[in-house]
Amino acid sequence: MVRVDGKGNGTSLVQVRDLDKKYQRGSEEIHVLQGLNLDVERGEFVAFMGPSGSGKTTLLNLLGGLDLPTNGSIRVSGDEITHMSANKLTAWRARHVGFVFQMYNLIPVLTAFQNVELPLLLTKLSKAERRKHVETALGVVGLSDRMDHYPRQLSGGQEQRVAIARAIVADATFILADEPTGDLDRKSADEIMELLGRLVHEHGKTLLIVTHDPRAAERAHVVLHLDKGALVEGSAGGGGES
Amino acid sequence: MKFLRLIWANLLRKKARTTLTIGSFMVALFLYGILTAIRAAFGGNADVAGVDRLDVINKTSLIMPLPYSYRDRLAAMPGITGVTFATWFGGVYQDEKNFFPQFAVDPESWLKVYSEYVLPEDQRRAFLADRQGCLVGKKLAKRFGFKVGDRIPLRGTIWTGTWEFNVVGIYDGDRPEVDTTPLLFRYDYLEERRNFGKGTVGWYVVKLANPDDAVGVTKRIDDAFANSPYETLTQTEKAFAASFAKQMGNIEFLVLVIGSVVFFTLLLVAGNTMAIAVRERTNELAVLKTVGFTDLGVLGLVMAETLLIAGQGGVLGLALAKFFTLGGDPTGGFLGGNFYLGTGSLGLGLALALAVGVLSGILPAMSAMRLRVVDALRRV
Repeated sequence: MVRVDGKGNGTSLVQVRDLDKKYQRGSEEIHVLQGLNLDVERGEFVAFMGPSGSGKTTLLNLLGGLDLPTNGSIRVSGDEITHMSANKLTAWRARHVGFVFQMYNLIPVLTAFQNVELPLLLTKLSKAERRKHVETALGVVGLSDRMDHYPRQLSGGQEQRVAIARAIVADATFILADEPTGDLDRKSADEIMELLGRLVHEHGKTLLIVTHDPRAAERAHVVLHLDKGALVEGSAGGGGES
Repeated sequence: MKFLRLIWANLLRKKARTTLTIGSFMVALFLYGILTAIRAAFGGNADVAGVDRLDVINKTSLIMPLPYSYRDRLAAMPGITGVTFATWFGGVYQDEKNFFPQFAVDPESWLKVYSEYVLPEDQRRAFLADRQGCLVGKKLAKRFGFKVGDRIPLRGTIWTGTWEFNVVGIYDGDRPEVDTTPLLFRYDYLEERRNFGKGTVGWYVVKLANPDDAVGVTKRIDDAFANSPYETLTQTEKAFAASFAKQMGNIEFLVLVIGSVVFFTLLLVAGNTMAIAVRERTNELAVLKTVGFTDLGVLGLVMAETLLIAGQGGVLGLALAKFFTLGGDPTGGFLGGNFYLGTGSLGLGLALALAVGVLSGILPAMSAMRLRVVDALRRV
């Protein structure tokens, strides 16, 4: 069960305590996150909503180890990530986090297969094992027949599917998606949310997404709103009922 | 190896740019190869000079002669196991532009001291037997199609008149760097026909019993002839060959200056190209870091790209230069000596290309390494 009061029982997959994040912009100090608490259990689907500049992406970056908080702690699967060295954090990220971005962020000179294979290049898997993992991931997102296509040869929806395959190929502990449907038409957006929902319900993945789209958020178990740097529990999405 | 595809794909991202950058390395290394061959041609003998030989010239100038009588005095000195000598002839074969060096030498002692010359025994004997006989180097023979049995007429410029020589042998070097462009003929033939300068030689070459004793022998020789009408200057053969080459101008300096300018320009071109390549891929580099590539890993990828460009351009340029030099002196004789690109020079060229690759790539690679993922993704 997702909690934002900092009173989780300590067994949650993600535990965030008293998280602060400040930015310095010129002489002005911007307090983006203030004393934020969060507990997310394994297999949950959480959507973060809030106005632009409310700190949604900052929170996602902190949870994914891309940025460091000013204060507070983040514990994922037992690992305290806020005090890790840069190299340790990078290795941790490779092992535990799958990222999905709004603009897909595929490498244009690599095929879909090669893009999905990228995280596996850092593992000790053999070429044959890598191939097997990539084919499985592309199979899950329904792109087995597009493996050798370059990003420019794919539609936006297909590109995002490749990005999702890249996020799951190394069997990440949890997936962080920042506006995954933000650049897609309605139909493609629904397909992507359907796919992300399946990852949670059928494959037991833990998914945290940032979205502006209420229809996308509807699929989440829990929708949390960021307000003045703190999380406020919102309504449960449709995903909670499934 | 598993990253090679990623590196290669990045290089092929802008084919024209990569090709042009490789091309700039290729042109620079081709130029390096040719300049090195020119330097070798002018100072080639300096590079193959024997460490166990000293050259004794007139202290006033290389063009001033030394008395023939010095030969026996040199031979009698301790630490010297052999003495030979040569005189520059300066003849013209058919036309001025057909320049090649000709030396009047003492046949027996010359071939003994210059053991790097390879000559069939019957030809050696023929040279000793025929007063008008001459030996031509392999490259010279190839250049003019000389064969054993041919008769070569030379127009004397120092000692006038037409001088005729019988080709009795064609010598080769025991290494590719050995200069095989000179014509060697017998000193006694010169001595017999010339009308001035009799009883003199151009310079002496002495063979040392122990190369470590070079300093001592040098002093001994120059002291022995000090305060005489023909004072000597004794130097290592390498220094002698270099001073011989310097008569044509400071080739070494010219090569160094031109080479430095070329490599510096290459550094700017390649550095700029890599900086642009990294800047336009900021987002992708951030993605690589996001999926788990370390800072050093990203630095390595960028460096590998520049090294691949530099390596390919370097190999192509050097191969082209090597191919070009295989055809021999392209000036038809002006370069005279050994227009040759050796393995050492090829290796040095490749090392230089890779060094320029490292230098041009290091700043862009470091900026890629220092890239903060959050900042880079926010820029998109």
